[in-house]
Amino acid sequence: MAEHFRLTVNGNESELEASPDTPLLYALRNDLGLKGTRFGCGNGQCGACFVLIDGHPAPACDTPLWSVAGKIITTVEGLSKGRELHPLHNAFLAEQAAQCGYCTSGILISAAALLAKNLRPTEREVREALDRNLCRCGSHNRMVRAVLRAARE
Amino acid sequence: MNTVAETRLKRPASLEKNPRLSQWLHVHRDGTVSIYSGKVEIGQGILTALAQIAAEELGIAVERIRMVPADTALSPDEGVTSGSLSIQDSGVALRRACAQARTLLLERATARLGVSGGDLRVEDGSVHAAGRSTSFWECADDALFDRDVEETAALRSPRDYRVVGKPAPRRDLPDKIAGRPRFIQDMALPGMLYGRVVRPPHNFAGLISLDDSKVKSMPGLAAIVRDGGFVGVLAEREDVAISAQRALRLAASWREADPPPRDVHTWLKEHAAEHRVISEKENADARSRATRALEASYTKPFLSHASIGPSCAIAQIDDGKLAVWTHSQGIFNLRRDLALALGMREDAIVVRHAEGAGCYGHNGADDAALDAALLARAARGRPVQVQWMRDDEFAWAPCGPAMALSLRAALDAHGGIVDWEHELWSNGHSSRPGRADDPALLAAWHLARPHKRPSAINMPLPAGAADRNAVPIYDFPSQRVVNHYVREMPVRTSALRSLGAYANVFAIESFMDELAQTAGIDPIAFRLRHLKDPRGRAVIEAAAWRAEWDRWKPAEGRGHGIGFARYKNLGAYCAAVAEVEVGHDVRVERLILAVDVGLVINPDGVINQIEGGAIQSTSWTLKEQVKLGARGIASLGWEDYPILKFSEAPVVEVELIDRPELPAVGAGEAAQGPTAAAIANAVAHALGLRMRDLPLTHERIAAAISQST
Repeated sequence: MAEHFRLTVNGNESELEASPDTPLLYALRNDLGLKGTRFGCGNGQCGACFVLIDGHPAPACDTPLWSVAGKIITTVEGLSKGRELHPLHNAFLAEQAAQCGYCTSGILISAAALLAKNLRPTEREVREALDRNLCRCGSHNRMVRAVLRAARE
Repeated sequence: MNTVAETRLKRPASLEKNPRLSQWLHVHRDGTVSIYSGKVEIGQGILTALAQIAAEELGIAVERIRMVPADTALSPDEGVTSGSLSIQDSGVALRRACAQARTLLLERATARLGVSGGDLRVEDGSVHAAGRSTSFWECADDALFDRDVEETAALRSPRDYRVVGKPAPRRDLPDKIAGRPRFIQDMALPGMLYGRVVRPPHNFAGLISLDDSKVKSMPGLAAIVRDGGFVGVLAEREDVAISAQRALRLAASWREADPPPRDVHTWLKEHAAEHRVISEKENADARSRATRALEASYTKPFLSHASIGPSCAIAQIDDGKLAVWTHSQGIFNLRRDLALALGMREDAIVVRHAEGAGCYGHNGADDAALDAALLARAARGRPVQVQWMRDDEFAWAPCGPAMALSLRAALDAHGGIVDWEHELWSNGHSSRPGRADDPALLAAWHLARPHKRPSAINMPLPAGAADRNAVPIYDFPSQRVVNHYVREMPVRTSALRSLGAYANVFAIESFMDELAQTAGIDPIAFRLRHLKDPRGRAVIEAAAWRAEWDRWKPAEGRGHGIGFARYKNLGAYCAAVAEVEVGHDVRVERLILAVDVGLVINPDGVINQIEGGAIQSTSWTLKEQVKLGARGIASLGWEDYPILKFSEAPVVEVELIDRPELPAVGAGEAAQGPTAAAIANAVAHALGLRMRDLPLTHERIAAAISQST
């Protein structure tokens, strides 16, 4: 049965009606119109749907609505401050760090979580932080370079 | 060798089919130019490169170019975006069209300004003469481009290029990196319903029963659609559609066909339907000099596209007309097969391209379009979006075919190859829509009045398909190459990036190393001594130089190796050097690739494609194989089909050899074969053991080591 939920997403309070078992992913994408978080596998194995929940990267596809009540959710859209892009966004553009770009949002989320706790990560630390995210096009090295660039700038 | 002058004489196929100038571009009053290409963005950056070509010939800033997404109602029909041909097809056509458009615009401008052509100053579409000025934007009207594209307009010389040849940032990436809606998966049309299809087990032979009593009453469910063995759901919410799909899966019972063979490669060799000698050179003199013979067999498994974003489509039926949004590689072919499957006229269907997740060949995009169209029939005019689930994608998108290969060669006393034989066994590498009497669309085979599933076929040489790159580029005095075509398909196969070239180059280049070792000659010297083609020699030498091949320091468990090919024997040249460390697993530490794509349009685009191709090939080569079980494909999630991770990706260095005087060719499929061979050769160098079956997993290496001791 549908219930009433109040979510805190990207600093905004939003309300919606949905079943408590609804994955957060569909609430974000279809109820709140935040399409940057993407479906990849449905069981948290690819990282395409990562969002920050209380600062930790977590798969929105595998996170039911009931479990995020009262928590702070940040999506890829929330990394920017208004029209000002996050340094990671700018670094990814500068490095042209994508091919298809479908995995990018989830990777930015993992990278943002890393940079929030480690201002100057080593290349190895970046790779480890991104290891829960899959990329199929082979843009790995460009993305690693972009995260290191964002940390420098 | 082709030269620019030679290609100028031949009218490109894209222009044969779409001869009117107005089909290719439209100049707007606001100072922008719409460019219509039939090729589509699939993550490879093609629209950026085509915009560069158009801007260059028009002599305007690239920012003025608007690339219009392909649409059957608007765009030239350029077939399929595949085979690394978009630069050759659309690029060449647009170059001519834009050169002619510029000439026409300048004639108009001259007339308007009342001066002779020589006195004009033209800058970014503005035309000045005798103190007066006009612009392309003022001179253009519909009548001006209502004519055929002609061959006469002078093309800008590559020496004068200002846009082409310079790195250009991808036009689509700002949206994709900022997380803005850009993919078909992100489209939300007013009133849109969400659909899912309840797929049978892979070895489907019919639906026995379906108990939908519980699902029917789900709140938010809009419809259950059933047509023979095709079962789908429509819901107001996407999560409800998924729950209904899952519940119906449990409530369905299916008739199943025979399981796939256990040993696919033996099965392939036993089931060849056609045997074709595709190259034969006989030199008895040379053969009589043979002192040693060698033979070896190689295998490649079924591979999955494994895109991160599963296939998706949107369809809407309104007043008997069907509109489809798709990330298909061939919108016109898809329209044809949709018409066949739905019993509609083609002119009642519009198919529009919308960008999807990375596309590496014939994936589920076309199938999802038919799924959406079938569900849209029950949606009373509302649009329907269908996205496949992860297991749908693994189980039902076509696989890259498994292949078995046997090679034999003879050496003379000086280590020269005097005879060469290459046999391959494979299913066809293309079952794309648009080519058969029956629709090549999954759901069409499961309907109450089912269509026949077309067998995968091979396109003819010289590009070839299963036999792509099977004919050696080396100069051997005697050779014989045989393609054994297997029509019967244990799993659905179709085009996956580089088609047969991946396995053929892996086998040829592995075997070249085995022969070099037998002859006691360095692998690079051995290749060069059998290769006359100067561009081929140049990439091998460049890769060896950049990798400092001659300064290799031997160390326990480490090895280096080389692989080389010219894609299709017609396209890009690529040599790869791999440096590996073999411990528990193979770790590829570094890949150095030298590439010659002729004229380089967008250097960063080429490098990005080569890096990506090399890393994807590393993943195929070390980790990937589709597992088969009693019900068909058993790799249904990432746990069953692991791909290369960030911590496993090698350093990749790319050396570009720019040849502005030569035609530009695509880069997307050049690296796969050479990378696989380079890795396998490096592993053999590290272990002193030859691995001939892909992928090169820990289990395979452990087995090879235990057999050798």
